[in-house]
Amino acid sequence: MCFVHLKKLLRSSPFRLAVAYASLFAGSALLLLSFVYWSTAGYLLRQADETIEAEIAGLAERYRTGGLVGLTRLIERRLARQQPTGSSLYLVADAAYRPRVGNLSAWPQVEADSDGWLNFRLGQPEGQETHWARARQFRLDRGYFLLAGRDMYELDSIRVTVVQTIVWGFALTIVLALVGGVLVGRGRIRRVSVINRAISDVVAGDLTRRIPTDATGDDIEQLTNNLNRMLAELEEQVDAVQRVSDNIAHDLRTPLARLRTRLELLRESEIGLGESRYELAERAVVEADGLLATFNALLRIARIEAGRRRQEFSRVDITRLIHDVAELYGPLLDEAGLRLDTQPESGLTVVGDRDLLFQAVANLIDNVLKHVPSGGSVTVTSRCSPSGVDIVVADNGPGVPVDERIRVLERFYRLDASRTKPGAGLGLSLVAAVAKLHDATLLLSENHPGLQVVLCFGSGFTVEKEA
Amino acid sequence: MRILVIEDDSETREYLNRGLSEAGHVVDTADNGNSGLSLACDPKYDVMVIDRMLPGCDGLAVIQAVRDAGLSTPVLILSALGEVNDRVTGLQQGGDDYLVKPFAFSELLARLDALVRRTDIESTATRLVVSDLEMDLLAREVTRAGQHIELQPREFHLLEYLMRHQGHVVTRTMLLEQVWDYNFDPQTNVIDVHVSRLRRKIDRGFDAPLIQTVRGAGYVLRASEEITS
Repeated sequence: MCFVHLKKLLRSSPFRLAVAYASLFAGSALLLLSFVYWSTAGYLLRQADETIEAEIAGLAERYRTGGLVGLTRLIERRLARQQPTGSSLYLVADAAYRPRVGNLSAWPQVEADSDGWLNFRLGQPEGQETHWARARQFRLDRGYFLLAGRDMYELDSIRVTVVQTIVWGFALTIVLALVGGVLVGRGRIRRVSVINRAISDVVAGDLTRRIPTDATGDDIEQLTNNLNRMLAELEEQVDAVQRVSDNIAHDLRTPLARLRTRLELLRESEIGLGESRYELAERAVVEADGLLATFNALLRIARIEAGRRRQEFSRVDITRLIHDVAELYGPLLDEAGLRLDTQPESGLTVVGDRDLLFQAVANLIDNVLKHVPSGGSVTVTSRCSPSGVDIVVADNGPGVPVDERIRVLERFYRLDASRTKPGAGLGLSLVAAVAKLHDATLLLSENHPGLQVVLCFGSGFTVEKEA
Repeated sequence: MRILVIEDDSETREYLNRGLSEAGHVVDTADNGNSGLSLACDPKYDVMVIDRMLPGCDGLAVIQAVRDAGLSTPVLILSALGEVNDRVTGLQQGGDDYLVKPFAFSELLARLDALVRRTDIESTATRLVVSDLEMDLLAREVTRAGQHIELQPREFHLLEYLMRHQGHVVTRTMLLEQVWDYNFDPQTNVIDVHVSRLRRKIDRGFDAPLIQTVRGAGYVLRASEEITS
């Protein structure tokens, strides 16, 4: 379990990010400390070299003026003045490198470089660890050699300190970065796990599941909110599909059952019962035609929604179209006892599919015919709007309740009051599909009393309900 | 009439064969584009029914080849594709009418009749006569038994269409397409009201009704003595 957690942690993106940052920080720390090392140690070394050169020059001068005796006296005086912890080194040796005077017991066993500089290890008499010394040799007259130098233990210790600082700093940076990475990573992993669990639940079928949000307002919360919105939309769509299929099952079962009954009666009419065979067959055909019409309407809506027909768009004279619809439906409305008013504004056009637009307006009038009782009236008109062109069909019938105005656009959805009336509940779905195809807004609103349906062209597709 | 049916679906082909034969026509059938094309190039057919999608050679290609061969035999395209653009393509490619599956047999019959009639009646005629009903296309006047009948422009157009197809069944869809020039599915009996209004104007007060309803199909305009025959 712990191993699994560790593996998960190692694979988590925040942890990987932390490791990457740790490496970057460690690298830059290394670079910075190297620079500090170079500038401090190098500075001290250069200073030591300068001091040694100055001393050698002074001692050589003394030898020239005071001879070996003067030089010896000067060195002795200097050594006497030097603190026990002092770091100056002097040695005068004869031609055979035998020491004559100074605080070194022997001439160093190393070769000098071309400038006369030598680096050698200095043994401490108290048995302490050895450290580096740096000196310069100078050849005096009469075969004597002069050596002046510095014990470099100070520089050494600074070097050690700096190197230790670098190592520790480097290690600390990495440790801190890793610990930070683990902490941040664990927090993130926890939050991502919450999202993953919720999504798994949704995948497993629980569409009502939502991801819990924390009020951090960060990117993960934004992601969570977006996912929740997506889930809500998905749930809504699945519900709609569910309702449609339920409705299809319900609405098609009834005519299919009737069809079956007719066919059964037809079979039995052989024995000479009830209606004539012709009548039974005729009614079965009518039933089958109704079913076919329903399927055709469904297919038609699906095709319109697929949007293929846009290629066939042309400029449609809306004034003319409203006039034609009114002319076609006038007599029928008249017989149904409905008064038709139409006053289309002249010269209005829309880019679209003429037959589909006609079908949409015809469907709206069909609805009026179905739902508005005799004695009512309907206005079919078109007008110029700020965004383009509006087609308005308004009646003074029973209307549609506010909270049903979106749902009546769903396939097969019918108001309870109209369940007994003919029709399959596809008329407004087709109008909505046509509106969407034309990027038109479909607006269902109250007409005090009645329903007003407005198709607003040139405004971008939306469906609105208005109180 | 002599009718050629090119249809790959055996059930539809048999259904068409039987139905058209029962209606008194002579029917030849083909089940693919290639054999259909070789039959179609025979000028003996009065009308052809061709499926849009065919194995071997596409329905539209068959029509194209028939037209290229210089034949003007009217063609009705059958299709499962109900889109306007398919319809437009079909008609542009030389089809004369277009019917979407599934269809009522009466609709098919009426349309085939109309296709053959189209070639019969002179479109340049200025005067149409059915029994004692007369239509003067130039003066745009209608009289029945010498009595002037006042018609709205659309009613005139509707009557003209019925008279041009006298003795033949016209369906509601045909009327919507031809008289109103819109291709759509009415959910209500919107055409019936127009026809009954026209009927009231031309048949009221006369013994013999000219406009008759054909159950399950549409309408027919004919002199009443033809009914008894």
